[in-house]
Amino acid sequence: MLGLGILKGFMETGRNFCGSYYDPERLTTVQYPEERLEPQANARTIPFLIYDGSDPIGGLRCTACTICEQECPAHCIEIVKDTAKKPDYLGKMQLHPKVFDIDTAVCMECGICAEVCPFDSIKMDQVFERAGSHRRLTLHKDDLSKSNEYYNKIHPAEAAAVDAARAEEQKKAQARKAAAAVPATP
Amino acid sequence: MKTLDQIFVLTQHWLTGLAPAALQPLVSMLLIIAALMAVFGTCFALTTILERKTLGRMQNRYGPNRVGPFGLLQPAADGIKMLTKEDIVPEAADKALHFLAPLALTAPVWLAFAVLPFGRNMSAIELDAGILFFFAIGSASELAVFMAGWSSQNKYSLLGAMRAIAQMISYEVPLVLASVPVLMAAGSLSLPEIVRAQSGYALGWIPRWNVLTPWGAAGFGVFLVAAAAESNRCPFDLPEGESELIAGFLTEYSGFKYALFFLGEYLGLFAVTGLGVTLFLGGWHAPATWLEWLPSWGWFGAKFSALIFLFIWMRATLPRLRLDQLLNFAWKFLVPLALIDLVAAAAWLKSGGWQFAWALETRWLLCATLLAPAYVCLGRHWRGGTPKPRRYHYAQ
Repeated sequence: MLGLGILKGFMETGRNFCGSYYDPERLTTVQYPEERLEPQANARTIPFLIYDGSDPIGGLRCTACTICEQECPAHCIEIVKDTAKKPDYLGKMQLHPKVFDIDTAVCMECGICAEVCPFDSIKMDQVFERAGSHRRLTLHKDDLSKSNEYYNKIHPAEAAAVDAARAEEQKKAQARKAAAAVPATP
Repeated sequence: MKTLDQIFVLTQHWLTGLAPAALQPLVSMLLIIAALMAVFGTCFALTTILERKTLGRMQNRYGPNRVGPFGLLQPAADGIKMLTKEDIVPEAADKALHFLAPLALTAPVWLAFAVLPFGRNMSAIELDAGILFFFAIGSASELAVFMAGWSSQNKYSLLGAMRAIAQMISYEVPLVLASVPVLMAAGSLSLPEIVRAQSGYALGWIPRWNVLTPWGAAGFGVFLVAAAAESNRCPFDLPEGESELIAGFLTEYSGFKYALFFLGEYLGLFAVTGLGVTLFLGGWHAPATWLEWLPSWGWFGAKFSALIFLFIWMRATLPRLRLDQLLNFAWKFLVPLALIDLVAAAAWLKSGGWQFAWALETRWLLCATLLAPAYVCLGRHWRGGTPKPRRYHYAQ
């Protein structure tokens, strides 16, 4: 009969109306500045650079290989190599970036740079409140540099795997070194 | 209690008495106008925020809650926003008509409040043909809507206006037809007289409101649906259907003109709701003797708020109709039902003198046999029979 469906609809909205007052579970809204959702592990915004140790610039993992610069589809990364070399975590001498700029106005947060990086140096960040009263959209090396602990916090599983692989490599490198050193002192 | 009931009337008399004798009629009028504008202006502001909050709750959301305590200052923020926005007039628009349309919509709506009795002795003018005046004023909004659509020089505006005309004229018919039985019962076109006819109690405890008679219940249903359509409320908001017409006849309006359209639409809703309360819900009468100590305007306000809530509830529940469904519903369902309701009302009123045992029950049965089959049959056939199961030729 005409009207029964309408009444059913009225019942439904009426239930929602009363229910939303005594059952807060019904309300799906998160009132943002006061309440926040837990960030998802696979959420990503702009890239950032990881450093080891306590020096945000000196401890950067980046070796200025420019793979990310070449792979970036939007061409938002600019790298200038430093002439001096420094030993990396395996003891090899590596270049370092003198300039590492990301133009966040152009960056489309695709994550290709993080995928192609062979040194696990560039990763995707989760900061989304990037609005400010300045017009600076190009982020420099010191803005981008963040600690490995931060990486572990935002992407725990991924970071643990990276750390384990790096520790393994380091152990192998030390073993090779030790093996190379043994015959010299018989 | 008598004083509380008549407090507004007494205040008005007292304030009028302060003026010099020559100015008293003018002052009296101005006081009433100021009071009406203040009350219904506030009512408009409150309804916008409460509607948004209620709609939110019905969709399991909070609704606006940022401006002021519980978001209650939201209308003020909206008003400031509307006032400070740029007023854009299209280059091709008919400037004069474009400017006049929002005024032509809002101004006549205020007139409709003049005849509504808001409480005992509380109607601005006791017009003998009050309801006639009300409907005459109510039809002026069609002109304003068409002015808005025509002057904008925009296809969406014009289509929206055409829809609005089709809808408002179609639904005016059931609106008036649903009110006619009430006039038959009261024997008067005057709204205070209609309220007076609904005073007292049947069997000592059932209030003699029109909605508590079989023809009144059916008429009230038709009236509610037609009133929602008449004031462009969901589910009859086709003239400004966002999904198909951008904003219909409001497309080319911005800033305060847009706000005026909204004001006009809400005031139209208030006016027709007030009429519904007056015609069917016993006006300012209390529902029981032991509740009569509450002031009459309080009862009017309570019934009025309940009906407004019903309209908001309707908006939260029902999806928008298609244009052909809308017109079919008016002409194939509401109009015949209202006509049958007229017959039922005539039967009810003619049999009012029956004295034998079970007379009341027989009269109810008589009206029910007229109305119920009509409702079922019309409800089944207004779309041309029960719809067949839909076949998707290319999906199979």
